[in-house]
Amino acid sequence: MRKRKENWLVKAFTNLLKNKLATVAFFFLILEILIVLIAPYLTPHDPLETNIALKLAPGFWASEGYVEGYYLGTDHLGRDVLTRLLYGGRISLWVGFVSTFIGLIFGVTLGLLAGYYKQLDNIIMRFMDLLFTFPGILLAMLIVAMLGASTTNAMIAISVWSIPGFARMVRGKVLSLKEEDYVTAVRSLGASDFRILFLHILKNSLPVIIVVSTMRLASSIMSIATLSFLGLGSPPPNPEWGAMIATARDYMWKQPSLIIIPGVVVMITVISFNIVGDKLRDVLDPSLKENA
Amino acid sequence: MAKVLDINQLVTHFTIAGKPYPVIRDLSFYVNQGETVCIVGESGCGKSVTTLAIMDLLPNNGEVVSGSIKLNEIELTKLNKKERNAFRGRDMGMIFQEPMTALNPLLTIGYQLTENIMLHRNVDKKNATEIAIHYLNVVGISNPKERLKQYPFQLSGGLRQRVMIAMVISVKPKLLIADEPTTALDVTIQKQVLNLMNKLKKDIDAGILFITHDLGVVAEIADRVIVLYAGRKVEEASVEDLFNNPKHPYTIGLMNAVPNVDSDHFEIKPIPGTFPLLTDDIKGCRFHPRCPFAMDRCRSEVPSELEYDNHHRVACFKVEEEYAHE
Repeated sequence: MRKRKENWLVKAFTNLLKNKLATVAFFFLILEILIVLIAPYLTPHDPLETNIALKLAPGFWASEGYVEGYYLGTDHLGRDVLTRLLYGGRISLWVGFVSTFIGLIFGVTLGLLAGYYKQLDNIIMRFMDLLFTFPGILLAMLIVAMLGASTTNAMIAISVWSIPGFARMVRGKVLSLKEEDYVTAVRSLGASDFRILFLHILKNSLPVIIVVSTMRLASSIMSIATLSFLGLGSPPPNPEWGAMIATARDYMWKQPSLIIIPGVVVMITVISFNIVGDKLRDVLDPSLKENA
Repeated sequence: MAKVLDINQLVTHFTIAGKPYPVIRDLSFYVNQGETVCIVGESGCGKSVTTLAIMDLLPNNGEVVSGSIKLNEIELTKLNKKERNAFRGRDMGMIFQEPMTALNPLLTIGYQLTENIMLHRNVDKKNATEIAIHYLNVVGISNPKERLKQYPFQLSGGLRQRVMIAMVISVKPKLLIADEPTTALDVTIQKQVLNLMNKLKKDIDAGILFITHDLGVVAEIADRVIVLYAGRKVEEASVEDLFNNPKHPYTIGLMNAVPNVDSDHFEIKPIPGTFPLLTDDIKGCRFHPRCPFAMDRCRSEVPSELEYDNHHRVACFKVEEEYAHE
């Protein structure tokens, strides 16, 4: 009996896991999220704890100078790189998820309204176009400049930046869904606009929303790293990945691993989200392949 | 007998490239309680547009320009959108042509049925489920409890159409509109669905407006038939009268175009010419370019609808003259 209730989401994930690359990426992300969540139990160090005596110690690969317990070495203030990486992941992933979620709430609502009500379409979508025309980083810098540099403000900036992508995709989906026979059918049965829009149409737009969310997650994580690198995101001494790269710039010749390690982590995380998003799109809605 | 639906001089326009074109021209008819009225005609004659106008589901470029639509003595065209929405489902329900796409693919049959029942009948979830099971039984679906948990893709076209019918009649509407409900089904299932509707006709006591282009279906289900041509009613008669004694040249043409499978070499006699485009400007009787009996008068004047024996109504000058001679 349980088996028959198996829904499309479960099926989509089953199909997703048939792809090797997507499976690797998916489990990497799950693992990363888990590790980041239990970071305090994994490492004995504090991410902000400095120890000048140990500064710029190399990692386990070095033949000399490696300090036991500091597996990936230390930075210029003697802080453990591995610990900072784990705590940094908390900020990056948190900002990524929250800003995508906020972007999703506003973007999807606006997209639904624009697609369904012809009168609102122009007003909403021209405003979205306005947001679209700004290069993302410029928009984020503008918002952070107005509100001041902090993790929360960076989060707000990235959220705003996420809205038009959601709105545009959802609007397109609504435009095609509202012509569907079953929408006319439920209308002929006397369903209200609210019910048609937020039950029947929204539910059928979920594949699009899921795919766009995964893609937005990747770019949000990229964005918070970028903003922090520029000094507009998470302020020091917070262990944010982008900020770690920024501060390591001065020591990049002496200790290249300080830049390479967080750089690679950002890259793998973003690529993983993109792979999962891409494959999810294939299994959820092949028609999106061309225009996403 | 009470008139469930009474339409008077209905005119609808569709705007194409900024210009309005009439789709329904001066259409009047009524449906009595417990009666099945069939509207027949070719594609594009305005059959579906009539139903959409009644349901207020016309696409954005279509509008009812004049005329009245009365449902149980209540004038619908004067109501605002919200007041009109209250009639949909509760007082008038519609069965669509394409059962494969008329159900939401992501919601279970049970959810869609109970949602509708709860909306219109003021019952809680448990009672709504009972009502849903009852009506699935009524439309002849075996194992209704199991079916409620299934998604539309797990049902065949015939079953989905039955579910649609169950959904519409479960709220006991006074008017049931069926827009070619059997067209998308294969013939054996068509027959089953028609039998079901014939059976329901007696039980639900609603007026049924049945749209089709299939004269076989008409013979099967109708009490009264309205023949539409290019947005205008050309003939209206009881089903016996229409088949035994068609009067309008178009109706006669339609009858001749149905192959008789009982004779050895069955011959199809098509109506010459093609169906006019919506944008074609035809003066006089809309049928005259294809009519073998067209007279000068047909090319300039629109024939008015006259009633002959047995409430047989025809709009044709030829018929008019024949009767004048008798």
